[in-house]
Amino acid sequence: MSSIALGVPELVERARAGHRGAIARLITHIERGGPEGDEVAALTASPAADAHVVGITGAPGSGKSSLTGQLLRCLAEARRAPAVLAIDPSSPITGGALLGDRVRMDGVAEGAFVRSMATRGHQGGLAFAVPATLRLLADVGFDPLIVETTGVGQVEVAIAAAADTTVLVVAPGWGDAVQANKAGLLEVADILVVNKADRPGARDVRRDLELMLDLGHISGLEARSGRRAPIFSTTSTTGEGADQVLAAIDEHGADIVASGQLAERRRRRGRVEVTGRVERLLAARTEDILDSDAGQAMLEAIEGRRLSPAAAAQTVVRDIAKRM
Amino acid sequence: MPETPRIVLAKLGFDGHDRGLKVVARILRDAGMEIVYLGLRQSPEGVASVAEQEDADAVGISMHNASHLTLAPLMVAALRDIGLETPVIIGGIIPERDVETLLQAGVAAVLGPGAPAVEVVETVRRATGEASG
Repeated sequence: MSSIALGVPELVERARAGHRGAIARLITHIERGGPEGDEVAALTASPAADAHVVGITGAPGSGKSSLTGQLLRCLAEARRAPAVLAIDPSSPITGGALLGDRVRMDGVAEGAFVRSMATRGHQGGLAFAVPATLRLLADVGFDPLIVETTGVGQVEVAIAAAADTTVLVVAPGWGDAVQANKAGLLEVADILVVNKADRPGARDVRRDLELMLDLGHISGLEARSGRRAPIFSTTSTTGEGADQVLAAIDEHGADIVASGQLAERRRRRGRVEVTGRVERLLAARTEDILDSDAGQAMLEAIEGRRLSPAAAAQTVVRDIAKRM
Repeated sequence: MPETPRIVLAKLGFDGHDRGLKVVARILRDAGMEIVYLGLRQSPEGVASVAEQEDADAVGISMHNASHLTLAPLMVAALRDIGLETPVIIGGIIPERDVETLLQAGVAAVLGPGAPAVEVVETVRRATGEASG
């Protein structure tokens, strides 16, 4: 068979019957957007479909993919049906991408469904197609769903909005206690993992993280969030510690269901997705306007200091509102 | 041709020279394609399964250990066995006299040693265009 000629409803039917090629083609439709993408989203929005969404994030090279591979091994041993979305950056210049995550996963993870996805211009360590793809994967029966972000720094916290449980992976050499206390990723992580635990410096990293959490206790942040993130040490080359991380992920998943936090997180997720879609729409219209003759004239005026960018932005917003 | 071609790149079996494959990955990335890089020691069945999950537009295999007459047809067969028409492009050390045999076996294109970047990109574009057209 070739899925190429099939329409979206037929593909959804096949995907639900477990046909991997059909699932893959549906994800391609979502990624490309357009009417087919909307059709997939409409057909797979079933409220009955539910899966635990786990985000794996961390700096480039910290070992996110290798840890994900080890989690897949543990999940396979438990006869569960995980799917992975592995995100890597698109080149801002050519739009091309080197998707190199699954090279670290396949050896240990036979049978899992793994899809590589390029950011295609999206910021925050994820891709625009992620939420709709997660709904599709839940609809066809995968659980849990693991989303591996691009290598991120300090401010890319989009994953915390997209996931039920966020795992932050750090490796020796990532920085000192001051780095640990800056705002950002560490605040949004539900589980902390010190990977490459066989390397020198791993104990120092763990100590810095403990200290950072202690300060959160003193400052009152811990009381407000109601939870202190557990820390685990892993060595992904051997798989050591991955089973403990998986147990912690499951435990966190159960905790947030029991506490009602899951509902709250998912409501926030809906809000973030709507905001993101609005931003994308407005950005596209803005580009259209700036490409027009009037837009080009505005840009020239800005270059000649006859118009301020702020005033130009107001004009663009008014123009968009008028046309809508 | 798909707007952003997705290409799976791999080496099969015992063949440890992946420098060329990395160069090709970079050439295709810089031509605006999305490359799923699998690297060394893959099996035809494994690569086929990845091509299915990734909805790949082409599979590129690099070969430097004279196993192309054995493994390239197996790669094509592994894809067709799971119902995929994905074109297979072979690169690396392929003697001129073997090219026709590989094409007869269902390989879409063969890129010989020293193929310039433009030719690599053109060949992949042509193969993905024919597959989706």
